[in-house]
Amino acid sequence: MSDWEAVIGIETHVELQTKSKMFCGCAVNFGAPPNTTVCPVCLALPGALPVPNEEAIEGILRIGAALGCDLVEDSLFHRKNYFYPDLPKNYQISQYDVPLCIDGHLEIDVDGEEATIGITRVHMEEDTGKSVHGSDTGRIHDADFSLLDFNRAGVPLVEVVSEPDIRSPEQAREYAAELQRVVRTLGVSDVRLEEGSVRFDANVSVRPVGREEFGTRTEVKNMNSLRSLQHAVAYEIQRQVRVLEAGGVIIQETRHWDEVQGTTSAMRSKEESEDYRYFQEPDLVPLHVDAAWRRRVVASLPELPAAHRRRLAAAGLDRQAAETLVDAADLADMFDAAVGLGADATTVANWLTGDVVAYLRRNDVALEATAIAAEHLRDLAAMLANGTLSSTAAKDVLNYVLDGEGNPAEVAAAHDLTQISDEGALEAEVDRVLGDNPDVLEKIQQGDMKPIGFVVGQVMRATRGKADPQMVTDLIRSKAGMS
Amino acid sequence: MTDLADLSIAAAGSGLRGGEFTARDLTDAVLTRAAITEAHLHAYLTLDQEGARAAADAADADFSAGTDRGPLQGIPIAVKDNMVTRGIETTAGSKILAGYVPPYNATVVDRLHGQGVVIVGKTNLDEFAMGSSTENSAFGPTRNPWNTDRVPGGSSGGSAAAVAVGSALGALGSDTGGSIRQPASLCGLVGVKPTYGVVSRYGLIAFASSLDQIGPFARNVRDAATLLEAVAGFDIHDATSYRGDTPDISSLMDAGVEGMKIGIVSELAGDGIDPEVNAACRHMYDALSDAGADLREVSLPATEYALSAYYLIAPAEASANLARFDGVRYGLRVDGETTEDMMSNTRAEGFGPEVIRRILLGTYALSAGYYEAFYGQAQRVRTLLRNEFADAYARVDVLVSPTSPTTAFAIGEKTSDPLSMYFADVCTIASNLGGDPSGSIPIGFDGDGMPIGFQIMAPALHEAQLFRLAAAVERLAGVDARPALATSEVRPA
Repeated sequence: MSDWEAVIGIETHVELQTKSKMFCGCAVNFGAPPNTTVCPVCLALPGALPVPNEEAIEGILRIGAALGCDLVEDSLFHRKNYFYPDLPKNYQISQYDVPLCIDGHLEIDVDGEEATIGITRVHMEEDTGKSVHGSDTGRIHDADFSLLDFNRAGVPLVEVVSEPDIRSPEQAREYAAELQRVVRTLGVSDVRLEEGSVRFDANVSVRPVGREEFGTRTEVKNMNSLRSLQHAVAYEIQRQVRVLEAGGVIIQETRHWDEVQGTTSAMRSKEESEDYRYFQEPDLVPLHVDAAWRRRVVASLPELPAAHRRRLAAAGLDRQAAETLVDAADLADMFDAAVGLGADATTVANWLTGDVVAYLRRNDVALEATAIAAEHLRDLAAMLANGTLSSTAAKDVLNYVLDGEGNPAEVAAAHDLTQISDEGALEAEVDRVLGDNPDVLEKIQQGDMKPIGFVVGQVMRATRGKADPQMVTDLIRSKAGMS
Repeated sequence: MTDLADLSIAAAGSGLRGGEFTARDLTDAVLTRAAITEAHLHAYLTLDQEGARAAADAADADFSAGTDRGPLQGIPIAVKDNMVTRGIETTAGSKILAGYVPPYNATVVDRLHGQGVVIVGKTNLDEFAMGSSTENSAFGPTRNPWNTDRVPGGSSGGSAAAVAVGSALGALGSDTGGSIRQPASLCGLVGVKPTYGVVSRYGLIAFASSLDQIGPFARNVRDAATLLEAVAGFDIHDATSYRGDTPDISSLMDAGVEGMKIGIVSELAGDGIDPEVNAACRHMYDALSDAGADLREVSLPATEYALSAYYLIAPAEASANLARFDGVRYGLRVDGETTEDMMSNTRAEGFGPEVIRRILLGTYALSAGYYEAFYGQAQRVRTLLRNEFADAYARVDVLVSPTSPTTAFAIGEKTSDPLSMYFADVCTIASNLGGDPSGSIPIGFDGDGMPIGFQIMAPALHEAQLFRLAAAVERLAGVDARPALATSEVRPA
């Protein structure tokens, strides 16, 4: 295995969440009853003509710009011809030799190892309808009948094609995850794999380490999670190595990933593959995107995930916390707001990515549906810093605030969670515990530190957790003459 | 008294406004004419008598109420059956769409409705507008009103025959390689293909999208201008629609030809053109010269390759445009073991031989390994041709030639020889490849009494120059004959 190197390229299809379809005014609405968001254009009735959707063009330009692509001033639409019942015109309007975005890249990082994956092109096309086959297996071969739903037909689809720069299943997964993050940050698609609003196909080949030329590749389809993408690529690499080491040859073909079996199997070979007879779409004029539009798109890009992660790392957050915030815009916004009000970054990040995420998951609510505000986090962090609250009490307060019981000061008072940091009161408690346990001081003075924890625990119990443990510890040490 | 069906659009319009007759009278006259002539001609695939009468009554109500929707209010117009009409069967002359009733109107149909036009019905055509004789209709040929043993030309032969015989006062046709101008020529009418993009194609069942244009048939130049003005203009539903101001069409019609620079296309003046047609055209060149026009020969060598380029580009686009007729969503369905079988059975059964021939030609021309040699080469010829025309238009205002190399030929004469049929487009296709406006004006008759047409080509968006010369040619030719079928007492067959 170590004698072989994998070469992987990924084709990604992203369904844009525009108000209307790519070439007609029908609503994009995935929940609608079958064949209710259709019109003469997306049903390809005789005489109907396509008109490009500007919102979709804006969406793909944002994706292209975010991936550092050159945005092409005059790109062309082509017809990709093939017959399939869920393709109403029996050709798909796509882009071919002059796509809208070219020559970009995406930076990825797998366990600290960074890589730059080239983006060959990003182009605009339209989605097909959906077929439902009337058979036990759901596959077309055994179907007695097929039902067609054209609601999805004509939904704007962006295809992102990577260079064959990916070298491992882990990189493949991270590339896909990072691309999803970028698109989600742009707000042009919800990029949900399980709902099919983003789909990844992997082109996989292997070659002996050190060889320049690529091996014969296969295209692997039907991965419905990042995990299955990684597994499918890993399986396909191993399969190809096995075949080659046994003296066989790889056939250029499309292979279907079977999630249950954990294997890939041939769908159709290149010999049977279709000639799409691309030619320029005569119903559309070249797509003109002038310099002002291109500049506006680039200027309006939000902070992208990589820059966001760098900023959070600079603020002292660990990688895990940073990634959690980058993946959740609402948490990230709350973080920025609280820090902007002066709260300690690490404290707030730990709360948001730990307690708050757990709370949201436990209650199955969104952050915006809770009562928490950035000011609450600032106040809470301040109360922790000045000793008013113990870290345990602070987490309790946080949960009560999320429940909507009030601001941190009110909640802490109502639940009597304020920390005792009155030295006199605490010293009395410490003296009481030491008096009840006369051997303790001696042990400490002899260098056994374990009893300190015992005393702190007793004091905490007596104060129902409100004592400031650091202050108690300091008191004990000073009484033992250690200060 | 003149039968109302023989009135020009302009005369009918003033009669309606002067209260001499009603739109209902006019429509009844046209429907009566159709009842007499249809058995001889088969100009219509669908006559919408009920809809026509209702539209006429609505126009009359508008007249009574003082509402005037323009010069076509109450005028009976025919529409080629490749433009979709909501609630009225639309077949494009194909068995694959027999019985198909569209749920929406073509933009041109909506515009006619909005101007109070009475749509008489849907006219016959070569299947999917592929042909030059209307013999390729799945529902039987249309005959020429001047001689019913002859073809009316095509593919808009039904529209031409209807206007010539008076079963409509004007008609819309579509022109991909000459499908308005050639039948206009063969039926003694004015027919105009405007600049590509000037009339919306939304709702026109596509043959070759980069070449198709809708345009008018009328019995005189002014009526043709009126009908074109009614349907021209930007349409948001057609991305290839011209976004600028709708070009001027009729303002120069009385300007005369004094000083007008007219180029005679050398390549369309000799070999392959019928001597009688050539003679009539030469006679017109002399008349124009006498009237003060500046005529000169202009050579456009690329026109030699235009026909070949056209018969690669048009079928290539058609092969994709016609892919949607698969039996899945509408129209004919012939069942099969698998979905693929169903699709191919439907298409084999539903398409006629000429349509299948062109789909095969076009599919081949686009195939991997052949694309560059065929489709790519044809596109280069198209560019070359456009450049030659642009050069020519730098020197002359308009170009002229015969419209058709021959007058109307006999039914059945060319059906077994596709190449000779394709040659019928030799004079007309350059304007489609260039996207320029072009029209045919009747200038006389051959020895058999069949009409001869004169073609005028103008630079893109210069419809005004085209109509300026057309009006002059019309005055100089002074053609005032009507086909026997329109004037004699012909009984229903």
